[in-house]
Amino acid sequence: MASNTPTLLVEDLKTYFYTKAGVAKAVDGVSFSVAKGEVLGLVGESGSGKTVTGFSIIGLVDPPGKVAGGRILFNGEDITGASEERMRRLRGSRIAMIFQDPMMTLNPVLRIDTQMIEAVQAHDKVDRKTAFERSRDALGQVGIPSPEERLKAYPHQFSGGMRQRVAIAIALLHKPDLIIADEPTTALDVTIQGQILYEVQKLCRERGMSLIWITHDLAVVAGLADAICVMYAGRIVETGAIAQVIDQPLHPYTHGLIGSVPSHNRRGQPLAQIPGMAPSLLNMPQGCAFHPRCPRADAKCLEIPGVTTPRQPDHRVRCFHPHAGAAA
Amino acid sequence: MTAMIELESVSKRFMKRLDVAEKLFNLMGGDVREQTVHAVDKVSLAIAEGEVVGLVGESGCGKSTLGRVIAGIHPSSDGTVRFKGHDIEKMSHAEAKEWALQVQMIFQDPMSSLNPRLRVRDIIGEAPAFHGLVKSNELDDYVDDMMLRVGLDPSFRRRFPHQFSGGQRQRIGIARALAVKPAFLVCDEAIAALDVSIQAQVINLFMRLRAELGLTYLFISHDLGVVEHLSERVVIMYLGRVVEIAGTEELFARPNHPYTVALLGEVPRIDRRGQTFVPIKGEIPSPINPPSGCHFHPRCPHAMERCRVEQPMLREIAPGRYSACHLNDQS
Ligand SMILES: Nc1ncnc2c1ncn2[C@@H]1O[C@H](COP(=O)(O)OP(=O)(O)OP(=O)(O)O)[C@@H](O)[C@H]1O
Ligand SMILES: Nc1ncnc2c1ncn2[C@@H]1O[C@H](COP(=O)(O)OP(=O)(O)O)[C@@H](O)[C@H]1O
Ligand code: SF4
Ligand code: SF4
Ligand SMILES: [Mg+2]
Ligand SMILES: [Mg+2]
Repeated sequence: MASNTPTLLVEDLKTYFYTKAGVAKAVDGVSFSVAKGEVLGLVGESGSGKTVTGFSIIGLVDPPGKVAGGRILFNGEDITGASEERMRRLRGSRIAMIFQDPMMTLNPVLRIDTQMIEAVQAHDKVDRKTAFERSRDALGQVGIPSPEERLKAYPHQFSGGMRQRVAIAIALLHKPDLIIADEPTTALDVTIQGQILYEVQKLCRERGMSLIWITHDLAVVAGLADAICVMYAGRIVETGAIAQVIDQPLHPYTHGLIGSVPSHNRRGQPLAQIPGMAPSLLNMPQGCAFHPRCPRADAKCLEIPGVTTPRQPDHRVRCFHPHAGAAA
Repeated sequence: MTAMIELESVSKRFMKRLDVAEKLFNLMGGDVREQTVHAVDKVSLAIAEGEVVGLVGESGCGKSTLGRVIAGIHPSSDGTVRFKGHDIEKMSHAEAKEWALQVQMIFQDPMSSLNPRLRVRDIIGEAPAFHGLVKSNELDDYVDDMMLRVGLDPSFRRRFPHQFSGGQRQRIGIARALAVKPAFLVCDEAIAALDVSIQAQVINLFMRLRAELGLTYLFISHDLGVVEHLSERVVIMYLGRVVEIAGTEELFARPNHPYTVALLGEVPRIDRRGQTFVPIKGEIPSPINPPSGCHFHPRCPHAMERCRVEQPMLREIAPGRYSACHLNDQS
């Protein structure tokens, strides 16, 4: 495997839900890659397709949903149509997902040690003692004090922030190459969010782990990620390095989002606002899905814009009339 | 200027409910008991007419409880609450009714706070009709007015809440509160459940209404960026107690209390790049069994022996600035 093979390469991914009311194109032609040690922020409002993208990568899309097109390469291996057996081997060992609600990972009626030891032994043939030690070390790594003691506790004996850290520790048990974190700190307080961001960032820097951080919070991504993908209605509308996208957004939607975040220097003044609301997937506007809300829209926008790179080759946008790049 | 609302050493205690994990645990034969929570602990605070005050603190520190006491949804367990100078326990029936109408609360989740079986027209019009604020033949026009004021198309007046988006539902909630001509709005995480692109719309609406109607606000939020944007003064709570009060600019430029300092250090900001996150150590302690002395001492980088035994009182450290920390005694 060449060292420049990205950890993850997603090409033209399409994940559709075949519902009674029609086909919901939750993810519709999404492409991106994550290099070794890279942190990618996947940003968008609710319903834009972030979670479905994550689920598609780890092979957890349930009917009526289905990956309807595209390719997913993990460390160069095409896992798009991989068998359930193969995906089970990868999940939890090479690729791990952290959910918004840690109780999606944790079993409320089992002690933490039972759950973690089981998670170790699911992928590695080691004895109980080794598995216990690895569990303890993993808890220590995410900043849980006196891990040996805490292992004997049940999930309800932890606060929300602690539970999320246990879930992260479980995700880290097998030193995965890729972690997909789906809004793991959205429900947490800033101080606890800070602790979790700190642990995760350390792991990427020290271990070369790749990370996809899914969120609707641009500010978190600005501080944490190397690169960013902005999603709108199932498509990536802009992608590039953090500095490119946040300092010089090309897409009118990104531009609007950044302008609508309250900031120091505009205290008390009206915020720039994006009119209207996100469209329903079952009733998508023709052409560019953003056009009913877009201040730059014209007749051309009734067609679907392709990907272009008007400023720098690695700063991509899907828009007929991108901003020249003045700061938002 | 008279205070719109004045709290003097107000406390609120609860029996703690069990959360989902605890209930499941009990279902499986576990034994987790209920205990007393000191949700709000001797809080004194005055909000002047026309002021916008932000209330910030970690989850469970008592923000919503304090907001509910102020809005008259919960009675306090101890202490005195005065509305426009009148002790609410000693109010006449008419005064109590005025208080109930003048102080309105707006909640985080617009869906669960709107009756799903009522049409928007009735949700907004019910209270003003009931209280006789509007004549029945003028009610339709009045409701249209309220809808226009919050940016809703009055032709939607016959629709039900589920036929609106999250942002529109929050506007319905705001219109319903405005319909009784309140002077004071307590907004509890009123934009937290909204999408980013919609949050700015609702923040702007709050600011416009204030300019148009001269409203007073208590704005409860865990989002420091939003609080900084909207508020003139900020109140910081930690485990049921107020630990710092200051003008917004002052607070963000020169926080005094070590907890405030730590809290501000954690805020991700869009203009920070490649941020190295440095966490406040330790967990939020439980309000059931809070640490002795200064509640913050187990997490405080400056904690001294005294902090473990003696509770620091909230006192004025500069004109209009209050902080509850022993460090202020040393200089
Ligand atoms: N009705 C109630 N019965 C029992 N305990 C309660 C009740 N309401 C609140 N509490 C407890 O009181 C404390 C303060 O709760 P409150 O809802 O005021 O916090 P908050 O600061 O608003 O938190 P958040 O940011 O999560 O909304 C918490 O420990 C909470 O569990
Ligand atoms: N099981 C499902 N059936 C039908 N539609 C679904 C299902 N799961 C997700 N969707 C739709 O796919 C879209 C993207 O959802 P999701 O990826 O969860 O968004 P988010 O960006 O908030 O994570 C939404 O419109 C959602 O309603
Ligand atoms: S393609 Fe047209 S409608 Fe879409 S974002 Fe660009 S300018 Fe706006
Ligand atoms: S009183 Fe002591 S422990 Fe509390 S904040 Fe001040 S220095 Fe820290
Ligand atoms: Mg999601
Ligand atoms: Mg609350």
